[in-house]
Amino acid sequence: MDAGPAPGPAPRKRAAPSDLGMLARRGRWLVISTVAGSGGGHVGGPLSAMDMLVALFFRVLRVRPAEPGWPERDRFILSKGHSSIGLYAVMAMRGYLPVEELKTFDKGDSRLQGHPDMTRLPGLDASTGSLGQGLAVGLGIALGARMRGLGCHTFVMLGDGECQEGMVWESVNVAARYGLGNLTAIVDQNGLQQYGWPLPDGEAHPGDRADPWPGTRLGAVFEAFGWRVVEIDGHDLEAIVAACEGARGAASDGRPTAILARTVKGKGLSFTEGRHHWHSRVATPDEVAQARLELGIDEQGMPR
Amino acid sequence: MKATREAWAETLVELARTNPDVLVLDADLANSTKADAFARAYPERFLEMGIAEQNMVGVAAGLATVGYVPWLSSFAVFFTHRALDQVRLLVAQTHANVKIGASYSGLLTGLTGKTHQDVQDLAIMRAMPGLTVLVPADAIECAAMVRWATETNGPVYLRLARDAGPDVFDEGYRFEPGTVRLVREGRDVLLVSTGLQTARCLDAAGLLEAGGISAGVLHVPSLKPVDAEALVDAARAARLVVSVEEHTVLGGLGGLVAEILAAREPRRLVRIGIEDSWGESAPNDFLLDKHGLSPARVAERVARELAAETR
Repeated sequence: MDAGPAPGPAPRKRAAPSDLGMLARRGRWLVISTVAGSGGGHVGGPLSAMDMLVALFFRVLRVRPAEPGWPERDRFILSKGHSSIGLYAVMAMRGYLPVEELKTFDKGDSRLQGHPDMTRLPGLDASTGSLGQGLAVGLGIALGARMRGLGCHTFVMLGDGECQEGMVWESVNVAARYGLGNLTAIVDQNGLQQYGWPLPDGEAHPGDRADPWPGTRLGAVFEAFGWRVVEIDGHDLEAIVAACEGARGAASDGRPTAILARTVKGKGLSFTEGRHHWHSRVATPDEVAQARLELGIDEQGMPR
Repeated sequence: MKATREAWAETLVELARTNPDVLVLDADLANSTKADAFARAYPERFLEMGIAEQNMVGVAAGLATVGYVPWLSSFAVFFTHRALDQVRLLVAQTHANVKIGASYSGLLTGLTGKTHQDVQDLAIMRAMPGLTVLVPADAIECAAMVRWATETNGPVYLRLARDAGPDVFDEGYRFEPGTVRLVREGRDVLLVSTGLQTARCLDAAGLLEAGGISAGVLHVPSLKPVDAEALVDAARAARLVVSVEEHTVLGGLGGLVAEILAAREPRRLVRIGIEDSWGESAPNDFLLDKHGLSPARVAERVARELAAETR
């Protein structure tokens, strides 16, 4: 049950917080510019998840991009698979694939499918896209890893809207029942979903639609199922790293961890933040130029 | 003479002795599916998942990525209907090494009625690229399929029956995916069947013989893949081809045979099976009779169709 440190050397890039911030700015640029180039894709979700993806891949996950099938690696599953471009952008920056390859996103015969396809891109630990399914796969990996005596940790990122899928709660129940301390769910609580629920008269919300879970504290639900719950600001890079390392450190207490991360959908750009219609929208050339300016990206596509 | 569900569980217990990667995941039906035999023999490799089939399918996909060979225990309906999206995305699309033990298939489900009878599973699963779809005729063939599936990488749907039927094959039977088996030769009509219906077709052929009609029986153990050429060859000599299945006539074995014949050697095909309707709670004999699947009803229908053919 004890996840412990992974045996053998596990090369990790120890990016400093300021570096993480630059990586996140570049990641956001890669998201908005790639989607603009491909003519389709999701933007709001990848941007809300970007800080967590960067923190995970550059500070938390014990992985070997050059050896994606390394058996002892930590696993990461993007259950909210429609944020795929955010994951691809971070995997590209981390060295799993050339950044140049992002241009093939959604273009046919690409390794970079609209939703993550593990049969095409090495380094993906699950195929996702139909919401609600990733946690079950992560549960299976965590259970199998424990049975095999592997010290790896499995992280699964879900959306708060995704948590409306009933299957999520099947997995939450079973994971606690098996005492999988080596499993961590990260909920990207950006407070918006694709179309959303009408905002009742007089009710306020930072976005322009009602929250996926008005009046329900998701953390309390996870707690009721027996999970260890940590609530953080999902854009605070140090808090993200601390929560994930805390989850790894607590693996031996026999409870899976849920990190409830409060985020802003479309985070990082003035014109996308909190706008539900940016769930999936293609930026105009003017918006791309505006994004470059706001993110501080030079002509080479690098953060200043 | 043993139910295929029992042969399935017994074979898994036997395989687990030498293969430490064999696991069984159950969705609270182990005493029905007979997976409880495995639970008693290997409690540490039996993973109860509770009444939550969708999660169970996902957990199996995860376990497969770390090298286990998870076999799933539940009723066919809960895989092919309730957890279909998970089977499609997490198992078939990823070509996961997950094996689906689909018990209580077809009409004969022990008085449970249409909610639990699965008469569409073959049509659904046959449409999944990369999924192997197997339907054993008896316990002997079932055991051979379980051995093959466990040793072969890739997703498998194994259609299991609750109740026992007569043995069709002898010990020493070896399973090869795609192969069709001519289990009885006949000149006038070829009955093409699968699963436990093959034994009923053999009985029907006996009844037809008494009436002067020579009926062959071709058993199709593997709906996907299938040796289409062999099926066409077997059909060529017969005056009439009849598909017979404990399944809807839409898209299952009848659909398969129709597709093959239409593409390679167009001819008339009679499809016997459930006529686009739901099942009901009733004893086995009642259900087989009502849907034209009992040996007597198959023989009657074949004789009638053959007479129409000759006119």
